[in-house]
Amino acid sequence: MSTLRVEGVTVRFGEVTAVDDVSLVVEPGVTGLIGPNGAGKTTLFDVISGLRKPSSGRVTLDDADITSLGPHQRSRLGVARTFQRLEVFGSLTVWENVLVALESRRRPAKLAQELLERVGIAEFAGNQADTVPTGAARLLELARALATDPVLLLLDEPSSGLDRAETDAFGSLLQELSAEGRSVVLVEHDMDLVMGYCDHVHVLNLGRLLVSGTPDVVRAHEGVREAYLG
Amino acid sequence: MTALLAYTIFGLVTGGAYAVVAGGLVLTYSTSKVFNVGHGAIGMVMAFLYWELAENRGLPQWLALLLVVGVCAPLFGLVIERFIMRRLAGAPVGITLVAGVGVLVGLIGVAQVIWPPQARPVRPFLDQLGVHIGQSFVSGHDLVTLACAVLVAGGLYVLLNRTRTGLAMRACVDAPELAALYGTRPHRLSALSWAIGSALAALGGILLTPVVQLDYVTMTLLVITAYTAALVGRLRSLPWTFAGALGLGLVQSYAVAYLPSSPFWISFRAAIPALLLFVVLLAMPQSPLRIGGVRGTRGVAVPNALTTGVGAGLFAGAVVALALLVDSVVAGQLALALVFGIVLLSMVLLTGYGGVVSLGQFTFVGVGAVTVARLGSASPLSLLIGAVVAAAVGALIALTALRVSGLYLALATLGFAQLMDKLVLQSPVAFGVRGSLQVPRMVESATGQLLLAAGVFVLVGIGVLAVRRGRLGRRMIAVKDSSAACATLGLNVRWIRVWVFSLSAAIAGLAGGLFAQLRETVAASDFQLFNNLPLLLFAVIAGVTSVSGALLGGVLLMLLPVLQSGFPAFAGVAVVLLGVAAAGLARDPNGLVSWGFRAWSWRRA
Repeated sequence: MSTLRVEGVTVRFGEVTAVDDVSLVVEPGVTGLIGPNGAGKTTLFDVISGLRKPSSGRVTLDDADITSLGPHQRSRLGVARTFQRLEVFGSLTVWENVLVALESRRRPAKLAQELLERVGIAEFAGNQADTVPTGAARLLELARALATDPVLLLLDEPSSGLDRAETDAFGSLLQELSAEGRSVVLVEHDMDLVMGYCDHVHVLNLGRLLVSGTPDVVRAHEGVREAYLG
Repeated sequence: MTALLAYTIFGLVTGGAYAVVAGGLVLTYSTSKVFNVGHGAIGMVMAFLYWELAENRGLPQWLALLLVVGVCAPLFGLVIERFIMRRLAGAPVGITLVAGVGVLVGLIGVAQVIWPPQARPVRPFLDQLGVHIGQSFVSGHDLVTLACAVLVAGGLYVLLNRTRTGLAMRACVDAPELAALYGTRPHRLSALSWAIGSALAALGGILLTPVVQLDYVTMTLLVITAYTAALVGRLRSLPWTFAGALGLGLVQSYAVAYLPSSPFWISFRAAIPALLLFVVLLAMPQSPLRIGGVRGTRGVAVPNALTTGVGAGLFAGAVVALALLVDSVVAGQLALALVFGIVLLSMVLLTGYGGVVSLGQFTFVGVGAVTVARLGSASPLSLLIGAVVAAAVGALIALTALRVSGLYLALATLGFAQLMDKLVLQSPVAFGVRGSLQVPRMVESATGQLLLAAGVFVLVGIGVLAVRRGRLGRRMIAVKDSSAACATLGLNVRWIRVWVFSLSAAIAGLAGGLFAQLRETVAASDFQLFNNLPLLLFAVIAGVTSVSGALLGGVLLMLLPVLQSGFPAFAGVAVVLLGVAAAGLARDPNGLVSWGFRAWSWRRA
């Protein structure tokens, strides 16, 4: 059961402020992080996972300040993520992709196979990863992230590339992960998925936090509709 | 005071010439995103051409300068851009680097064919002019150099910041497709930047000739200084590049003036450009882990344990059969080919699997050879010590270059190789004052040497394949494909790289020990900095992703000097062919052997 706090995080790229003084809390369960393109969602993920240093602000996990830790150190504390623009290891097979992430564990070969079955892409196990369809590659990133047995899982647009049935299966998987006590953060454009499965939703717009609350609160919020419709 | 002024002026003049060269490098890089390793070689060939016109054919200096800088060099830049670099747009750094090294080596071959070695004095410009500043004399040539530097600085600034063409050039770097939509023509702009870049390389080369003399390799590698200056400007900023070039010129000049002239400090002076390159790289900001898009490479199939065993058995059988058939001269040559093959196996690991281009791999061979030679006896233990020392040196370079990756890492290996070359391998530290050491052989007969080399090759080959199939191999490839994802999975990307570097250096060092005892006499001249470059090219041409490729590359490396001494007329041509082949084949690092693999799989299909 882990709690992530983002406190006053600002990220500037030269003149542009991509994330502007954002503070939010992620509790166990499924949390949605939504907003129009360019709202700063992926940049915030980069900051939380340690791939980007914020210009100011801090990130804590269970009250420990992790702002100065590198990505691999955060991973060992239980932070894992997937990527909006896929980052699978294209030269390795699907199975090897997962294996890389769990080789410090016992019986890694079997665990890797089980994880592929769990996300539903066991059929691609032997294929080279840069040849599988986008949807399967996204699920592969999920399996690979799960291989680190994370307490905090950051999923960046996991459902794009999935069809309706696959999306439903993915939704059930989200509930399972949440039931296992993991905190899952979902960046998503599929509103049915967000409203259907999230316990809590944060809305970003132009780098600022617009509103936080339950799906119902967010749905009723005037500013959210404006932000999306422009 | 007078001396200080004189050395300052000398430093500024040299720095001015560096600035001209470095300015061209930054221009081509910032508009085509290809770092031209061959930039210095272009300057070298054009300086030779200038000598041909101005000194050999007796053209007036100004006309020769105009023809070379204004016509020949730009045309040459256009040709390189059109036939080599354009095909590589968007290719990974490793591939463009190899193509650049191919151009470099090819140009050295061209120069050797057209202008065989001899002394070629070049008259300075305006040698009857000159001014006195205080008690220091500034020659006409110095004034011309400074004027050129100022003109080039001003010209490039105006071009990039004040003209439509310059604006379009800068736009094309960021988004060539988008710029094309707005009516610019990325190809044309890239061609223009290569033309100007080559002209500046030529101008810088010609200005430097009275100082450094016309020489194929010295002039080509002189641009390491220009690389350093360009890196001060992060390969983008022209003002910083110029400042860096002037600073380098001054540091070098003051070093000549004020450092003691004991043998160590003399070699230290020569190492200053490389040392500064290293310092600049260390001062670079941590390169961010690249995110965005799937990368994968299609290697040749990795044999499983059974196939490896069968392959090793067949190879061993073939070597034993050969050992019985051939005379001792050929056996010695085959042994050398296998030793080179082991060096290339170290590159299969580092470059083929790990995706790291090393421009200094032969340095580790030198380290292993010197260690064994210094130990004075060739035994399995001393070979092992040689490998360990090389591994330690490899770890050192990986640790110092931890912050940088890709192009900068490759340049760091080059800087490191030059540092080792000047400070250790070419100085009395390594081979003593006579410049050579005797090493007793482990086994006396040439046949024995062949079997020894074959045994080590088989063991290392099996080891490399085992690494590839195992945990470290998967990790190396994962780091190559996406270091960002690796980091978020808890892998320490830097330590993996240190491991790979050390392991690869250890293999190269082991080969160095074998080389030393096979040759019986090893000398500083065996490990010149330049030898690194053909090594990389042969690795890529033969195939840097497989053990068979390493074997083929080893044979080719052994054959090159044999062919060159057998057909002296062919010597330079062979080097040209090597460069051209590498530039052409750079796209496919699986190399020539992969054609064989493909033919085999078709036959079976």
